[in-house]
Amino acid sequence: MVDTMNGSAIAASGLRKAYRDKVVLDGVDLEVRTGTIFALLGPNGAGKTTTVNVLTTLLTPDAGKAVVAGHDVVTETSAVRAAIGVTGQFASVDDLLTGEENLLLMADLLHLPRAEGRRAASRLLDRFELVEAAGRPVASYSGGMRRKLDLAMTLVGTPRIIFLDEPTTGLDPRSRRTMWEIVRELVADGTTIFLTTQYLDEADQLADRIAVLDQGRLVAEGTSGDLKRRVPGGHVRLRFADRHELDVAARVLRESTRDDEELALRLPGDGGVRALRALLDRLDAHSVEAEELSVHTPDLDDVFLALTGHSPKEADAR
Amino acid sequence: MNGVTASLADSATMLRRNFRHSTRNPVALFNAVVMPIVLMFLMVYILGGAFDVGVGYADYATPGLIITTVCYGISPTAIAVNSDMTSGFINRLRVMRVSRAAVLNAHVVATMLRSLVAIAFVVGVAFLMGFRPSAGLPEWLGVIGIVVLTVVAIGWLTVAFGLAAKTPESAGLAAVPLMLLPFLSSAFVPAGTMGPGARQFAEYQPFTPIIETLRGLLSGTPEAGPAVTAIAWCVGLTLVGYLWARTSFTRRG
Repeated sequence: MVDTMNGSAIAASGLRKAYRDKVVLDGVDLEVRTGTIFALLGPNGAGKTTTVNVLTTLLTPDAGKAVVAGHDVVTETSAVRAAIGVTGQFASVDDLLTGEENLLLMADLLHLPRAEGRRAASRLLDRFELVEAAGRPVASYSGGMRRKLDLAMTLVGTPRIIFLDEPTTGLDPRSRRTMWEIVRELVADGTTIFLTTQYLDEADQLADRIAVLDQGRLVAEGTSGDLKRRVPGGHVRLRFADRHELDVAARVLRESTRDDEELALRLPGDGGVRALRALLDRLDAHSVEAEELSVHTPDLDDVFLALTGHSPKEADAR
Repeated sequence: MNGVTASLADSATMLRRNFRHSTRNPVALFNAVVMPIVLMFLMVYILGGAFDVGVGYADYATPGLIITTVCYGISPTAIAVNSDMTSGFINRLRVMRVSRAAVLNAHVVATMLRSLVAIAFVVGVAFLMGFRPSAGLPEWLGVIGIVVLTVVAIGWLTVAFGLAAKTPESAGLAAVPLMLLPFLSSAFVPAGTMGPGARQFAEYQPFTPIIETLRGLLSGTPEAGPAVTAIAWCVGLTLVGYLWARTSFTRRG
């Protein structure tokens, strides 16, 4: 069912949603292939959570169509719900129950046989390193533990498609890494992951494909490499042994900008092999040798700035 | 598993969860029992002596205290429903194939059971304070029936309050008017003794016929008139509470 002919787990076209006169989603199209990680990247207020809510049957779009696990999210909500797992932005755990009771509650609501529910709970407690805390009320858990329990609860039903809405927002770096590990393991098992994030490095680290959402519109979509190539700002940096070499090289490479302190030259370019060879040939012809050559591709911060005209932090502050 | 069995199973699961909450938060039951008992001491031993109600004051006040007990026990429900809503817990359930009704049903049933326990305590204490009902078995069954109807009506209204409130704190406050309403009924003094305005309010508000019905049943002289009005109020309020709750439940998110 999930593996439809074209292998897409999630497909949406022309999604629109407005609250009164405020347009939150302004025609979003996206496709997520089965067994991959898709990151929806954007600042606060870009419409990430609204997109997740539409795809997970929590919200009905004003227009457009979305198919998740082969089922329409508006007309076949029940079939969609049976296939997905959702971990929201705020840990949806029951504070008064213990960690184990929370997991067993999920097992009961999924109508798993008792023994199977117990097995699933203990397996997940083990996997998420929550065995020691299993008998304590969740109210006493740290933020990272709550988030792990939240995800563990989502996994009780072994969903084939998992939505993670800002899974690491507010987590310390260590919990964040743990979360990343878990996400990678899930995908290795064949699960499809749709995650939203406002962290560029998170999308860069995890996602097979990234879509950049800004003010309810997708402004770019592709692999992290694709996105980086789409923006200017890549450069080649050459460092030289001494001032004399630098002077000679600077005369040869007139298009470069020089950095006297670092004895380095910076040239615009994407670092393609042919361009690099030509560059080195030019230096050779004048008997200058660079001591070190490095290629800098833009990071996703540059991408965001180039695509939207503002940096994510600016958008955050609005 | 068909729809009805699944829905019942989910309701039972959610009810177990609510029971666990009650055992972890004994203060809720304690408040629900202690506050009405304190009020009973106040009314029967301190103020009641000054009222001439025609019968022993404990006999007069107990039906009102039963209803007051229901009202004092509801704010934990409003808070619990609202926390489920605001914490995102409901959203987790919404994206699962869980019966929509189960979540709310469980809150109403848990409220009902908690109220019945509290009422049993309060009636027990009333006996110690001189409450001497002349009701036989059929009348007692009638009392239980009216109490259950009242609790269901107030339970659904409370769930609706809890869903409509913005924060758990304001959800808790929403129960306050309900706590005051018994005082503006014939719970502690006959409506006829009240000033103009208050009297009309007391005569026409739902608690008065409910309390009058209980009073009639407990004194062994049931009357059909107030009973019909009481049942009509309960059914009407249940319907309002249920529809309001269901609308808020499906709209949010």
